[in-house]
Amino acid sequence: MSNSRAHQNVPVLITILVAFMLMIMPLPGGIESFRPDWLALMLIFWAMTVPRSYSVGIAWLLGIVLDVAQGTMLGQHALALCVIIYITVKFHLLMRVFPLSQLAATVFALLALYQFLLFWTNGVAGVSASAVDYWGPVVTGTLIWPILSMFLSGMRYRVQSRG
Amino acid sequence: MVSSQSNRNPARIPALGFRALALVVLSILLMWLDHRENHLDAVRRTIGAAVYPIQIIVDTPARIWSWAKEISTGNNQLQLENSRLRTEALITRGRTQELAALKAENDRLRAMLDAREQVRGEVRVAEIMAVDANPYRHNIVLGVGSTDGVYDGQAIVDASGVVGQVIEAGLHTSQAILISDPDHTLPVVVNRNGLRTVVFGTGEYNRLDLPFLANNADIRPGDLLVTSGLGGAFPSGYPVAVVETVTRVPQEPFADVTAVPAAALDQVREVMLIWTSAHEDGDTDE
Repeated sequence: MSNSRAHQNVPVLITILVAFMLMIMPLPGGIESFRPDWLALMLIFWAMTVPRSYSVGIAWLLGIVLDVAQGTMLGQHALALCVIIYITVKFHLLMRVFPLSQLAATVFALLALYQFLLFWTNGVAGVSASAVDYWGPVVTGTLIWPILSMFLSGMRYRVQSRG
Repeated sequence: MVSSQSNRNPARIPALGFRALALVVLSILLMWLDHRENHLDAVRRTIGAAVYPIQIIVDTPARIWSWAKEISTGNNQLQLENSRLRTEALITRGRTQELAALKAENDRLRAMLDAREQVRGEVRVAEIMAVDANPYRHNIVLGVGSTDGVYDGQAIVDASGVVGQVIEAGLHTSQAILISDPDHTLPVVVNRNGLRTVVFGTGEYNRLDLPFLANNADIRPGDLLVTSGLGGAFPSGYPVAVVETVTRVPQEPFADVTAVPAAALDQVREVMLIWTSAHEDGDTDE
């Protein structure tokens, strides 16, 4: 049992590591504001699929690491990730049976909430940024979600059928 | 079975709401501690050391690219570049001699005036990592950290002017803020007449603002702004920007002045860190 669980953990860890790299990968100035929130997307997927293993605790920890990597306030991304993953886990059964369009709308709402929490904490701390910095990632994140979730479920299926 | 309850109702994750609430409260506490009190440097450093390998991996392609470019440049081009660099070195060396004489003269004059001696700091070249930092700010990540003697607030310049300053020295990497960040301000003087003012970042790499110049202030396009050294972070005399436009609206109290940074803020790959005399030993703890 524990062995198969360890098997399951490896792909998740790899995807999270990749998400981290994509978060800090340099992009040309113009499209920098449109970088999808890779880590949030990955965590939403895994929290939806295996909510018992990947829940608010992991999301919070990874948020702290992201805060350090990006030099934002410690706890900022942790708070935002924790809240959206809580909602995801709470409604994961519902989200699993949603058709793609509805799921995309849900992901859009989650990402918007995520950015709103960042916007709000930034505002309290007095950090100003333009609106496109907040809306860009929400739009690109929602657009990339179908591809990402297809890829991740394919990967998950393959790993399970092999184990 | 005791655990059958949770098996029968797979939607229930035990104590989810409580855990989420606890973590949210913890995040808010952390943000407050971090933002108001700056108590969490040690935590940041520890986690930062764990993030370092990821940053290295992300930085590697850019490193390989520049290395490959260096290797693949033809012999001819290398020779050209070599001769160009040689002339440049010659000119620079000539200027340095001039500078040494000037410095000696300056020291003598200052001694005569009984002024405090100005100490030029140590410098060291650091590489900017090809890693993106805070998306809401103009930040860069440097490939050196407190183990190399980098400290918070340290000044960063490039060959043509001031770039920014270190805001967080980690163990092996450090975060720095550029002078173009909207939250960055820098005390400067106009080189031509010694007029003191403050330069604000605008969020654009090629524009800085000088909002606090009176309408009748003696400033014109083309004026060079240099650091005044008044803020304490920067040694005085480093070029910051060149005034681009001066718009005077008669009924406004302040003139609308913009300047172009002397350093190529969005193009630099290597920068110089300056150790001022107070931090000469490279100690990070004050």
